[in-house]
Amino acid sequence: MSTTTNPGAIDAVDAGAASLLRFATAGSVDDGKSTLVGRLLHDSKSVLADQLEAVERASLGRGQDTPDLALLTDGLRAEREQGITIDVAYRYFATPRRRFILADTPGHVQYTRNMVTGASTAELAVVLVDARNGVVEQTRRHAAVAALLRVPHVVLAVNKMDLVDYAEPVFAAIAEEFTTYAASLGVPEITAIPISALAGDNVVAPSAHMDWYGGPTVLEHLETVSVVADPSDDPGRFPVQYVIRPQTAEHPDYRGYAGQIASGVLRVGDAVTVLPSGRTSTIEAIDALGRSVDAAWAPQSVTVRLADDLDISRGDLIAPTATAPAVSQDIEATICHVADRPLKVGDRVLLKHATRTVKAIVKDIPSRLTLDDLSPHPEPGELVANDIGRILVRTAEPLPLDAYADSRRTGSFLLIDPADGTTLTAGMAGHAFTDCHGWSGNNGHDRQMRART
Amino acid sequence: MESQFTGRSSSHLDALESEAVHIFREVAGEFERPVILFSGGKDSILMLHLALKAFAPAAVPFSLLHVDTGHNFPEVLDYRDRTVERHGLRLHVASVQDFIDRGELRERPDGTRNPLQTVPLLDAIDKGRFHAVFGGGRRDEEKARAKERVFSLRDEFGGWDPRRQRPELWQLYNGKHSPGEHVRVFPLSNWTELDVWQYIAREKIELPAIYYAHEREVFGRGGMWLAPGEWGGPKDGESLQTRRVRYRTVGDMSCTGAVDSDADTIGAVIAEIAASRLTERGATRADDKLSEAAMEDRKREGYF
Repeated sequence: MSTTTNPGAIDAVDAGAASLLRFATAGSVDDGKSTLVGRLLHDSKSVLADQLEAVERASLGRGQDTPDLALLTDGLRAEREQGITIDVAYRYFATPRRRFILADTPGHVQYTRNMVTGASTAELAVVLVDARNGVVEQTRRHAAVAALLRVPHVVLAVNKMDLVDYAEPVFAAIAEEFTTYAASLGVPEITAIPISALAGDNVVAPSAHMDWYGGPTVLEHLETVSVVADPSDDPGRFPVQYVIRPQTAEHPDYRGYAGQIASGVLRVGDAVTVLPSGRTSTIEAIDALGRSVDAAWAPQSVTVRLADDLDISRGDLIAPTATAPAVSQDIEATICHVADRPLKVGDRVLLKHATRTVKAIVKDIPSRLTLDDLSPHPEPGELVANDIGRILVRTAEPLPLDAYADSRRTGSFLLIDPADGTTLTAGMAGHAFTDCHGWSGNNGHDRQMRART
Repeated sequence: MESQFTGRSSSHLDALESEAVHIFREVAGEFERPVILFSGGKDSILMLHLALKAFAPAAVPFSLLHVDTGHNFPEVLDYRDRTVERHGLRLHVASVQDFIDRGELRERPDGTRNPLQTVPLLDAIDKGRFHAVFGGGRRDEEKARAKERVFSLRDEFGGWDPRRQRPELWQLYNGKHSPGEHVRVFPLSNWTELDVWQYIAREKIELPAIYYAHEREVFGRGGMWLAPGEWGGPKDGESLQTRRVRYRTVGDMSCTGAVDSDADTIGAVIAEIAASRLTERGATRADDKLSEAAMEDRKREGYF
C-alpha cells in the first residue's frame, strides 16, 4: 500500500484548541525591541537549535562573541547589513496556554505606516520605552497609532530597568505619564510592566530585582489577557465575497453567499437587508464549512442562504434589518498614507471597502495630524508617506460604511491607485480620537455620520 | 441577560481555517484564472482541503499546477494523481526534465533541482495566463518568508522585491496588478508546522505514507539521510543502509532529507514535532543552507 491514513489516538488535537492572540510591538531604535522579541522567542523555547546556531554563526562572523538575538528577527539581507529592521515581519510562538502571532514592526519615524500595518490586525500592542529616557516623542506617536487603530489592549514595557538600578519611582513616573496620555486618546486598557529585555527581568520569568512589582510578566500578561469579546454586542455584518452556485444534479437550486462574518452574530430566521440595494429577506440556512448551524459569529467564514431569490453579488453587504448601517457616497475619514507618492485633493482613486471596490475622488484634505502632540495642521494640500490626516472622499456608488470606532472590519478601507494598483492609503471612517485635543472635538460625531445619508 | 457566547471557545485552528477560507474566496472573487501549486506535500494537501471547504458544495474553481523536478517520491506522485481524479480537478504539470532535455536548463553539479524549478514555474504561469498562484509557503519556515505578504505581487519576471511590498492592512487584500504581473497568494502564511499537523489530525486528512515512520534505504550526506535515486546518489564512499525514518517536508529527492523516527501515527508525529529542537527546513532541506540569504535570493528570482 502506498499511502495511509493515520487515525492514531491524539491528545495533541486538544492542544489545537488553544486560543490565538495577534499582537504588535512598537519601539524606537535602541529601545531594545529586537532584544525583547528575541528574549520572548528564546525564553519561551520558540527558537530552535538550528536557528540559534545560524545566529551564533552570523554573530561570530561579525566579530561579536555573544549571539545577537536581534539577528533572529532581521530576515532580509539589507536589514542584516544595516542592522536595522525595515519592514514588518510576522513571528509565531506558542505556550501551552495560547498561540501568538507577533507583528514585529520597525520603530523608525519614517516607518509609521509599518506600525499602522502591524496594529491593524492586532488585539494588543506592546510599546517599549527606555527607562532612562522616559516618555519621548516617539512614545507618544506609538500610543497615538495604537489609539487610532483601536487596538484594544496596550502594554507599556519600561525597558532597561537594570540601567536605573531597578528603581520603582522611575518606573512609576513613566507609567503615570504614559497612562494619562494614552487614556486621553481613548486607549481602553493599559498595563505597565518594568522589564530588562537584556537581563530577562519580567519578560518570561519574574524579576528577582524588583520585588516592589506585583504584576504579571510580559509573557504572563500576553497569555492571560482576555480577547474574547462578546460578538452579540455588535451589529451583524456579512460582506458577500463569492456566490456559490454548484448547478449540479445533486444541488440544482443551491445558491449560497460565501463570506467571513465581519462583526456580530447571524442567526437562522433573522430578517436581513441587503446593501446597497435595500432589498430584504430572511436567513434560511447557515453552512459553517460543512456543518449546518443555527447561528454563527465573527470571524467565522460561512455560507448563508436566504429565503428569497435576490440579485446579490460580491460586494454586497447582508445585515440584520434592525441594525443595518446607513449607506453613503460621502466618507469622512482619518487616514494613514502608506505610499511613496503623495495624496492630493482631486486624486481619482479606487476605494476598497470589505469586498467591494469602487471609484472615488479625494474631495478635501482638511488637516494633517502631528502625532507628537496631536495638533492638526489645517489644509496641508497633500499627504505624504507616513502622514496621518483627515480626508473627505466621494465614491461613485453608495457604501455601507460603519464608523471605525464601532467596527474595525467594516469601518476600514484602502485607497488604491487605479493606474498600477499601488495601495495608497489606510482609511478609518469617522473620527479618530474621542478626546478634545483639537483633533476631533466632537464625541457624538461618529454616530451622526452613520445616521447621515 | 447572559449571552450564549460568553465563554465560547474558538480554537486557534478555527481562526486559521476561517482566515485561509477567506483568502481563497477573495482570490476566487477578484481573479479570473487562479491556480493552486500542488506538489503532493502536506502543505499543498492542506491548501486543497481548505479550498474544497471554501467552495462546497460547488467544485473548487481553480486548477492545480505541479512543478515536477523529475526527482519525485513515487508515493507522492501516486497520491497526487489519485487526488486529482477523486476531486475531478485539472492538473497542469511543468516539468524540469523537459527543460533540461530541450537544453533550456542545465543540470547543477550537485544534482539539486529545487533551484531549477523557477524557470518552468514562470513559464507555466505565463502560458496558463494565471494571474494568481496559490502557494503553501508559511512564514514560520524561514526568515525571508517571515517578511512575505499574504498577497505578494510579482513583476513580469516573477521577482519578489522585499523593499517594495504593499503594506497589508486589516483583512483588505489588494489583488490589483498590471499586465504581465501576477500575484502569489499564501493562505497558510500564519500557520506553523505544528498547526498544520494538528489540523490534519483534526480533519483526518490522508497524507502520503512517507510522512510516517517506515523502513527505507538511505545514505548520509551533509548531515541528512537521503533516499537513493537516479538523480545521483549514493556516490562513491556513500553507503546505503536501512533505517526507520520519516519525512517532515516533501520536495526534490536530491535535497530533501529524512529524519530518524518511530512516529508512525499522527499523534506520534505531533508529539515528535512538539519536542523537536530543529526547524522543519533546518532538519531536512539542504538548499536553504547554501547561504544565509538562500531563500531570499531564490524568492527574488521568482521562486515561491
